[in-house]
Amino acid sequence: MSTFNEEYSVPIKSAADIVVARQKGRALAIQLGFNGSDPTMIAAAISEVARNIVNHAKSGEIVLSGIYDSRRHGIQVVARDDGPGIPNVDQAMQYGFSSNKGMGVGLPGAKWLMDEFDIQSQVGKGTRVSMRKWVT
Amino acid sequence: MHVPILKQGGYLIATIQSVLSDADLLQLRDDLADRVGQFRSRGVIIDVTVLDVIDSFATRTLRGVAHMLKLRGADTVIVGIQPDVAFAMVQLGLTLEGVGTALDLEEGLAFLNAKAKRGGVVARTGAAARRSPPGAHDSQIKRGGSRR
Repeated sequence: MSTFNEEYSVPIKSAADIVVARQKGRALAIQLGFNGSDPTMIAAAISEVARNIVNHAKSGEIVLSGIYDSRRHGIQVVARDDGPGIPNVDQAMQYGFSSNKGMGVGLPGAKWLMDEFDIQSQVGKGTRVSMRKWVT
Repeated sequence: MHVPILKQGGYLIATIQSVLSDADLLQLRDDLADRVGQFRSRGVIIDVTVLDVIDSFATRTLRGVAHMLKLRGADTVIVGIQPDVAFAMVQLGLTLEGVGTALDLEEGLAFLNAKAKRGGVVARTGAAARRSPPGAHDSQIKRGGSRR
């Protein structure tokens, strides 16, 4: 089980890094035993949170890791940036709300794709989105 | 990665060859807008079979491409969305509303042919080409071939 204890960090500096992050995420998901449409769900969720970094914070990172508890295992995706932060997180999590030209689908969509979703943001400090999905 | 655009009769076929970055997608949009004018195309097929994920940005861009090409007088059909990719799009609440979709290239061509016939599309370059009123009989419509 210790095979997957490593963390993969993907720096997100430009839109091209979004593709790298989701490909790494998909590869790790498959390695962890996700099957069917799950790797694609995970890749799509990573794509959305990585895009959030590019659109709002300019740079940050995506950290991917395998997670375990006594009964199950899964994947954790943390998206971290030192951007301007989100003044109203509840609003940002509303479907269709966008502070810029986006569709307002990214964050709520990523939440739907994963099993667990947590977002913390401080204005002027940055945002941290943590998502988990378990192998079923 | 650059997306090659092939001319097939009155249609253009853009087959995406590898996973695309945002910049590639925008490049494709601009290329298609140019080519539709250059070749006077009435239909465009975008084959997205190889795309691993169609996220909110890709959806918005594809929708934008289709609507822009429509304003240039060409119908767009997106073909080859994979089952998992479609499922993830549904989960994300993403739709390609107002954009034609088809299973694969073959179905895409059939879609455009059917649309051309039904919608009373006239050859762009035909001197005698006249726009038929809605509901006009197909035989009134001058087209390159009489397939289907």
